[in-house]
Amino acid sequence: MSMELPVLTAKDFASDQEIRWCPRCGDYSILAQMKKVLPTLGIPKERFVFVSGIGCSSRFPYYMNTYGFHGIHGRAPAIATAVKLAQPDLSVWVITGDGDALSIGGNHLIHAIRRNVDLNIILFNNRIYGLTKGQYSPTSPLGARTKSSPLGSVDNPLSPLCVAIGSEATFVARSVDVDIKHLMSVLQRAAAHKGTSFVEVYQDCNVFNSGAFYYASKKDQKPQNTVYLEHGKPLIFGPNNEKGIRVSEMSRPEVVELGSGISEDDLLFHDEKAAEPSLAFLLARMRYPDFPEPMGVFRDVDRPVYDQGVRDQVQQAIADQGPGDLEKLFNSGDTWTVE
Amino acid sequence: MASTEVSPKTNGKSFESVETVVLRFCGDSGDGMQLAGTQFTNVSAAFGNDVSTLPDFPAEIRAPAGSLSGVSGFQLCFSSHDIYTPGDQVDTLVAMNPAALKTNIADLKRGGTLIINEDAFDKSNCGKAGYDVNPLDDSEALAGYRVHRVPMTRLTRDSVEGLGLSQREADRCKNFFALGLVYWLYDRDPTATREWVTSKFAQKPNVADANLKALQGGSNYGFSTESFTVHYAVSPAKLPPGRYRKITGNEAIAFGLATASKLAKKPLLYCGYPITPASDILHELSRLKNFDVRTFQAEDEIASMAAAVGAAFAGSLAVTASSGPGICLKGEALGLGCITELPMVVINVQRGGPSTGLPTKTEQSDLLQAMFGRNGECPLPVVAPATPGDCFVMIQEAFRIAVNFMTPVILLSDGYIANGAEPWKIPDLDELKPITIEHPTAIEGEPFHPYQRDQKLARPWAVPGTPGLEHRVGGLEKADVTGHVEYSPANHQHMTEVRAAKVNGVANFIPQQEVDGPESGKLLVVSWGGTYGSVCSAVRQCHRDGKSVAHAHLRYLNPFPSNLGDLLRNYERVLVPELNDGQLRLLLRSQFLVDAQGYNKVQGKPFLIGELINQIDSMLEDNS
Repeated sequence: MSMELPVLTAKDFASDQEIRWCPRCGDYSILAQMKKVLPTLGIPKERFVFVSGIGCSSRFPYYMNTYGFHGIHGRAPAIATAVKLAQPDLSVWVITGDGDALSIGGNHLIHAIRRNVDLNIILFNNRIYGLTKGQYSPTSPLGARTKSSPLGSVDNPLSPLCVAIGSEATFVARSVDVDIKHLMSVLQRAAAHKGTSFVEVYQDCNVFNSGAFYYASKKDQKPQNTVYLEHGKPLIFGPNNEKGIRVSEMSRPEVVELGSGISEDDLLFHDEKAAEPSLAFLLARMRYPDFPEPMGVFRDVDRPVYDQGVRDQVQQAIADQGPGDLEKLFNSGDTWTVE
Repeated sequence: MASTEVSPKTNGKSFESVETVVLRFCGDSGDGMQLAGTQFTNVSAAFGNDVSTLPDFPAEIRAPAGSLSGVSGFQLCFSSHDIYTPGDQVDTLVAMNPAALKTNIADLKRGGTLIINEDAFDKSNCGKAGYDVNPLDDSEALAGYRVHRVPMTRLTRDSVEGLGLSQREADRCKNFFALGLVYWLYDRDPTATREWVTSKFAQKPNVADANLKALQGGSNYGFSTESFTVHYAVSPAKLPPGRYRKITGNEAIAFGLATASKLAKKPLLYCGYPITPASDILHELSRLKNFDVRTFQAEDEIASMAAAVGAAFAGSLAVTASSGPGICLKGEALGLGCITELPMVVINVQRGGPSTGLPTKTEQSDLLQAMFGRNGECPLPVVAPATPGDCFVMIQEAFRIAVNFMTPVILLSDGYIANGAEPWKIPDLDELKPITIEHPTAIEGEPFHPYQRDQKLARPWAVPGTPGLEHRVGGLEKADVTGHVEYSPANHQHMTEVRAAKVNGVANFIPQQEVDGPESGKLLVVSWGGTYGSVCSAVRQCHRDGKSVAHAHLRYLNPFPSNLGDLLRNYERVLVPELNDGQLRLLLRSQFLVDAQGYNKVQGKPFLIGELINQIDSMLEDNS
């Protein structure tokens, strides 16, 4: 038997199922990048598992020729946690949406993240319920006019990244569906991280919430509305890289023009390895239109991984007590013999 | 029945031999009654008596001291012959305070022995218990019982004097004083308890010492004072030969799960969320990690069920346990287990409902939930152990069905057998039925069909990590054979029928229903689950009295054993006693069109043998 892995391509990861997303849905691009990323990871195809919940994004596993589990609404992190506990060597991906992960499944999301289960959670954020045809979601902005909020939403939205950081996430990143190269690199970074990798992808629902992220994806708007994070580098953005982010004495971010007495050294330098999550949180709170929205890896730190901890305890128990012996177990404690 | 002898060892007191004793300790939640009862059970079981226990404690960890709602009790029956219940009426009642006396005295036999901590009967405690007059000063109240007023608090303090304990610490030893006294009364050997105390309080030698002194003090009190003129011996029972231990239903489930994992050669993944009265299963299993048992304490009941589905998908023996309220929350994910046709076991340790209901009390009212409590047509096999020890057998049987038929299986235990203890004959490992699992591997040139069925209609269990078998499953309706998403009308009809036929096919896999008593006749009593002991005892008593009555105890509830319908029709009348409002009766009537009558009780307590005999008698009389 050859020990060499077969060379896989994106095609090997395409299933035989007809894709049923709406034409021009942002999901197509994410699917395409995923199929390109997986062959680069050096993992045999049979070791990938895609787990999802309910919603448009959650149809994703059907379109991947890997092991896949299309779960129930919101519960994918719980299902995936057990897959990982059963077989820690699998590469387990959770595909979810803003409603699935943050509304009905909020509890499972925060607990998977705080346990630091070795999962890659990819949240497709389109700020709308698409599959149920256009109700506002937990990430819809205040005032959003939708089928269930004809006068505008009065629900304050939450930020997926802030939820993740507040749940003690060890890896947090953001990308955009149509930013092909960036999305690929973020997915690769997520796969490489041990522990829960949480990735928010801005995804265009061109039917019910079209253009929600044009500010961050259109060529003419993206440069002034986004800032791309690089570890150890200052936060610079703008069509001509003429602007930057500085942190004021009050620890608040502010947009500054470079030149006229302000140099790169005065800017905020990104540190994705910072022990405290306050920088990542500050970045996650920067929102359009007041700020350019950061893209890339916000945080990538090491912390004990849950599934590894469970496995270690089992191995330690076997080392300490010997492999389980039923005879010994049944005869432990007080026993007596009837002649 | 009782023989009397006088021996010098007994300080001139008479020594009587009795067959069966029902003993109950009761006191405040903080009085250590569960501990006293458990210790008495352990030494009696180890001595060779048959034992059966009924712990009965409040839902609150500590209700206000001295209050009626804070009374905690532990009843046990020990005998020189085989017994099946913790007993109807109490022979000896130990009451540590007025509230305990008030809530328990009605269960004490006329002429029974009542041991009272008289120090606790002050005005304040009597008031909290609702006694206007101190019952110890009321000549009427306790007439008809053999009352022993023992100043336990004071004597316990005296026993532990000089050990440097605070008064509060000293008072916490009084359960051992009471225990020592009843040990003397029933001639128990305290060695095992002494060893337990020494080991339990190894880090606090003065507390260990105090409890041992209190235990001895209680025993000395019985021996020395004139209050007790008789003490008793209960000989060992003639149980089948073998090695025994005491076991509760929850322990037996944990042992059975570890055994199933060994038999199936698969790691067990237990996914659970804390809930009374199921949590002990999680506690027991979390100590068995060297059996490659992995325990996942999930964030909620929904997650624990969803995780069980994920664990099954990834090839583990997946199990979750809960009680009624938790099972409600598991419903949706359990349906997912049904449609994805994955093997897993869901344990429901039933308690009184609806809603939070009676968290610490027993009931059998989740049978219809197990049968029908999910959306859509969602049939699942249901089994129910009969006794604490039977939990060991039935949990393995649940897994055997699950992996053979690729389906979730529900096991219905209840608070009574989960917490109740009995002697358990340690099984011979070579005699256990195997659990055989086969996972498919890829066949060159052949596509893999995840919903291709075998003769039992079970689909293959292809596990992630297996090359060439990559496939997708999920909650959407599947096309048979290919497993592709398929919504067509004919397919849904077909798949609904196949899922039902598969579960019905379990009837060919399980044993035929047996009957205790005549094969036909006037009356058949049909029971299920934890009421076995009471119903069996009642029917056997009727046999001894020459009555024509038989007993069928069901351990397989869905599907029923294939001979059940014919069997029911062999009797003129059918009686179905249940600790619910008639759930099995509803199923029997609808499935077999028999005019089954119910005897139903929902008081958080098991059936008394006496009330069942009365019911049987009235059915027989009615019939003649």
